[in-house]
Amino acid sequence: MKRAVSAMVLMGLGLHAAMAGAGEKVAMPDPTASWNHLWYHVLIDLAIIGIIFLTAGLYWVWKYRATRPNQIGEGPKLSKIGAISFAVVPAFLFMADDFYLAAKGWTVWNEYRNVPRNAMEVKVTGSMWSWAFEYDNGVSTTFMPDSKEGEGLVVPVGKPVVLRMTSTDVVHSFFLPDYRVKEDLMPGRVTYLWFQPNKEGETIATCAEYCGNRHSFMWTKVKVVPQAEYDTWVAKQKQGAGA
Amino acid sequence: MSTASSGFKLSEWIFSTDHKRIGILYLIGSIAAFAVAGIMALLIRIEQSAPGPTIVSDVYTGGDQYNVWLYFHGAAMILGFLIPGLTGFAANYLLPLMIGAKDVAFPRINALSVWLFWAGIVVALMTFIVPDKPDVMWTGYPPYSVTTAGNTSLYVFTVHLMGFSSILAAVNFLVTIIYMRAPGMGWNQLNMFVWSCFTALIIQLIFVPVLASAVTLLLFDRYLGTHFFDPANGGDVLLYQNLFWFYSHPAVYVIFLPAMGIFYEIFATMAKNPIFNYKAAVYGGMCLLVAISGEVWIHHLYYSGMPDWLRLGQMVTTLLISVPVGLMTISLFGTLYKGAITFNIPMYYGTAALYLLLIGGLTGIPLALTAMSVHLGETSFTHAHFHFIMGIFATFSVFAAVDFWFPKISGRMLNVKQGKIGFWFNFIGVNITFWPLFIIGVEGMPRRYWDYSQFPAHFAGYHKVATIGAFIVAIGMVMTISNWILSAIKGEKATDNPWGSNSLEWTHTATPPGPGNFPKPVTVDANWTPYTYK
Repeated sequence: MKRAVSAMVLMGLGLHAAMAGAGEKVAMPDPTASWNHLWYHVLIDLAIIGIIFLTAGLYWVWKYRATRPNQIGEGPKLSKIGAISFAVVPAFLFMADDFYLAAKGWTVWNEYRNVPRNAMEVKVTGSMWSWAFEYDNGVSTTFMPDSKEGEGLVVPVGKPVVLRMTSTDVVHSFFLPDYRVKEDLMPGRVTYLWFQPNKEGETIATCAEYCGNRHSFMWTKVKVVPQAEYDTWVAKQKQGAGA
Repeated sequence: MSTASSGFKLSEWIFSTDHKRIGILYLIGSIAAFAVAGIMALLIRIEQSAPGPTIVSDVYTGGDQYNVWLYFHGAAMILGFLIPGLTGFAANYLLPLMIGAKDVAFPRINALSVWLFWAGIVVALMTFIVPDKPDVMWTGYPPYSVTTAGNTSLYVFTVHLMGFSSILAAVNFLVTIIYMRAPGMGWNQLNMFVWSCFTALIIQLIFVPVLASAVTLLLFDRYLGTHFFDPANGGDVLLYQNLFWFYSHPAVYVIFLPAMGIFYEIFATMAKNPIFNYKAAVYGGMCLLVAISGEVWIHHLYYSGMPDWLRLGQMVTTLLISVPVGLMTISLFGTLYKGAITFNIPMYYGTAALYLLLIGGLTGIPLALTAMSVHLGETSFTHAHFHFIMGIFATFSVFAAVDFWFPKISGRMLNVKQGKIGFWFNFIGVNITFWPLFIIGVEGMPRRYWDYSQFPAHFAGYHKVATIGAFIVAIGMVMTISNWILSAIKGEKATDNPWGSNSLEWTHTATPPGPGNFPKPVTVDANWTPYTYK
């Protein structure tokens, strides 16, 4: 029995490691893609562990039902070596999986935190309950969730964007679900996140740190547009501000 | 439910120093908190069943109403139900019986603990009568908790009362376990539940003061004009979050450990088996978990602007929790191996616990990874994860504990049919509630939202299913709790040891146990364990 279980666990981990080896490298860092990739590996990892344990548990529950009254269990009494191995071997297997996941997670985390040099910088200010954006070219925008007025965050496609963020009042969090990233904003500190807008279109960013009455409404449009359209947009914004 | 033979007198309960009566008082208080917090959960679920106002008045004041429900649900479930239900009710009633003691070491301090707990419940319930209802969530993060119009002091005083109660209980039970074990009872002969409480209470004793200090500073900032958490005057917002989670992550194990302890007792008794690899589960599992518990709190601050090296370091420590928890899990599952399992209501909950432990535990692994957490954190994925492990697994353990020890506590048997139907409603309901939340959580549904109009339309469907699930659970809860009340009054009389257990509370006491617990002083020999059936 012991051997069967450890063989199953080892097989599971082996299979898992083999899958992990295939097709890793992405040319340009894109944390969103890396997140999706890592999520897939983590799900396989969890499914293997979950299925091994759940199958064993449910099978034993079913198999070892008492068949006569006052029946006594025949559970094994472990020898000293048996007891130690049943602690040390699983502990090392769990640790192996931990370090495997930690290493993969670490790699993706580095992508999240190392901002590419060519990133466009936007300053984000969160307040109860709206967002304000300031671009390095002098343009600034806001968004009003109630009336859906305002430009929100507009960025050109294909160019990494770094957001330097702070808050004027309480803790907020800038959460871009489609880009798999969030980071808190708070008064007295500047935090950052970056993302790689590879697809044109409109998505949302929304507050993910409880901030009171209108927390659910603290969202903004995020628009990814072609570079040419972005340039016209910037020109228009500057004109609007100048007029 | 009386543990003495004479008729019912309220003063005999209020001023009782008998650990069994105090345990029952804890149970009544925690079930009351559970019921009110459960009603809040239903309100939350109805509100979320569709985007836009459902039962709140309108979009402008909706948040004010909804946030009070969320605050009360979280604070009452954790501080008023789970911790007191496990380390208050179960530990009080069972620890002295399991170790063969007449009572706890300091019976009067024990009475003070339960009074403080009840005072905490009253202060928490004042939420519903004050005009400026607290709305700071159970986490109470500043600056919001300092600047809100809501009454933060009710939150602080609830934590103070519950915390003081916990510290007194922790000292009391640790002394009891260390000094009052029956002659001959060594550390390796203790019940798993005793070990689980011993380790959980060490955590309480070390970490509760940190939480108490954090909320006290909050109180000072809010009402006395200090600036601990105000960056405009040299304070720091993150200081509170660090202090809060330095307690509140270990607090998860204060709930998890006794919950595991209860399932070990049920499995060993119902399978008539010794605990599989006892020492690995106790020393490699419970004790190691205590040792690691204080070094992982940053995983609640993965996207809060902490230094990157700290986020990565505690990612590793957080993942390593899988070692003690894994050893405990192997031991729990292994206890069933080659057993002679009898199925009854506690064992139904036990079997469900195998599944809940795996789902709740394994979904914690992506959240332990810094890189995964920047997306999954603060979404309904997180919400479903901690509800599976801390909400449902631990709640099922309290239910299983009441069902398992019901004959001993009340002297009567539960209505089996009602108990089993209640179980199925509970089990099916929680799955219908929380699986949809896992799915939309991965798609980005944030926690603590009552309106989600900005998200794709299909989220509403998932929320609707979750709401239906919540009402199925509600039916199950009513059936379960009403079964306790009705069976305590008119259930079939129980024998002294209906499950054929080998633990002292079953073998050496009357049903229900009288004052002083044991008719004759208990001694055990070196071969005795609570799990020696052969």
